[in-house]
Amino acid sequence: MKVSLTVNGKERTGDIEPRVLLVDFIRTTLGLTGTHIGCDTSSCGACTVLVGGEPVKACTVLAVQADGREVKTIEGIAGTGALAPIQVGFHEEHGLQCGFCTPGMMLLGEELLTRIPNPTDEQIRWAISGNICRCTGYMNIVKAIQHAARLTSEAAKAPVADGALAGGAE
Amino acid sequence: MFPAAFDYAAPTTLGDALALLKQRGDEAKIMAGGQSLIPLLKLRFAQPALVIDIARIPDLNGIRRQNGHLNIGALARHVDIERDADLAWLCPILVDTVHWISDPLVRNRGTMAGSVCHADPSGDWGSVMLALDADIVARSQAGERVTKAADFFKGPFTTALRADEIVTEIHIPLPTGKAGGAYNKLERKVGDFATVAVAVQVELSGGKIAKAGIGLTAVGETNIKATAAEKALVGHEPTDELIADAARLAAEAAHPKDDIRGTAAYKKDVVRIYVQRGLRTALGHAREVKA
Repeated sequence: MKVSLTVNGKERTGDIEPRVLLVDFIRTTLGLTGTHIGCDTSSCGACTVLVGGEPVKACTVLAVQADGREVKTIEGIAGTGALAPIQVGFHEEHGLQCGFCTPGMMLLGEELLTRIPNPTDEQIRWAISGNICRCTGYMNIVKAIQHAARLTSEAAKAPVADGALAGGAE
Repeated sequence: MFPAAFDYAAPTTLGDALALLKQRGDEAKIMAGGQSLIPLLKLRFAQPALVIDIARIPDLNGIRRQNGHLNIGALARHVDIERDADLAWLCPILVDTVHWISDPLVRNRGTMAGSVCHADPSGDWGSVMLALDADIVARSQAGERVTKAADFFKGPFTTALRADEIVTEIHIPLPTGKAGGAYNKLERKVGDFATVAVAVQVELSGGKIAKAGIGLTAVGETNIKATAAEKALVGHEPTDELIADAARLAAEAAHPKDDIRGTAAYKKDVVRIYVQRGLRTALGHAREVKA
């Protein structure tokens, strides 16, 4: 079956069996290995990607279900230039140890901040409640998302400041 | 893990979907969000020859109010219920329940109707549908057929749906007057299936209980409607004694099994406690309603 998805802003096509999971399409067909496979049973969230802007577990979505939709993976976060605010947050607050859950956590954080620009700790904890960090670094993940929230709201107050946190969107 | 091979169709009208289902019958499986079906496909517990993805049929979307009912479309996702500001006051038990369902990512794709049709005895919505006396609306080429939630669940993962039918909507009678509800769930961790959960919905009239609905999760072959407990409540003033009595009757209706989440005796006792707790919360909410 032919599918056509917009992945990180680029149109990507494939000719696949209907049983191919979105996570396998992303990793194997497209070679984007930043999306991880952890439990493979929709428990851990390592395979989190955004479909139509919403976080989903790509191990429990068929690639054909995402036909015609926009998909964002961790590779789409930084764009071409400077680190995105969510990446700066994880860097500054030591939001990762082994890094296995990090792509999912960053995508969740980014999506949360588009809905709730200044989330409380509790809102962040609920948002990441479907994703497991086996280093148990949750405290710093929460801080990292708070850090990104501060950076994003500061950037919004000074929209023409020159590029330190531009996120490489251009 | 990946599923056994299957054919896939994503019709864009209900008519096309029904025609395809009529043709392929038992060997086809309907998919909405896929959050219950895809894990079963991956484990190969389910190996349908054809998956009919109804997610691209536009008329199945949405949550509407009509004739004192809430009509929840087959494609309304858990997250749509979670973020619907009106439901928080129209039918609070729905919002109370939705936070307990799996995790936020699964809620972004899974649907209420899909969960009800999946008929997992550990599913949360089934008990809420029983407590609210919901109607399950199905369509086939022969027309529309409405089944009461109480008659819908036939066994584990088995419903009253016929092979050529697709659930298009769930109709929930909107609570009126002094109504309140509660969903209490015991789970080991976020996203886990219930050890035990209990849905309670009550309506008060003149200080007495006019309506009562109680649904039990994960304590039997299906979600269970605790009919004897409901009957014991209706027409009476909600005293501590009455609540204790109803809770005992509900526990008697539960038939849990020993498993990794607890012993049968423990689970029956949790039913008893959660019915009491649910009734107190629901009655508290009902009394607050300015009717």
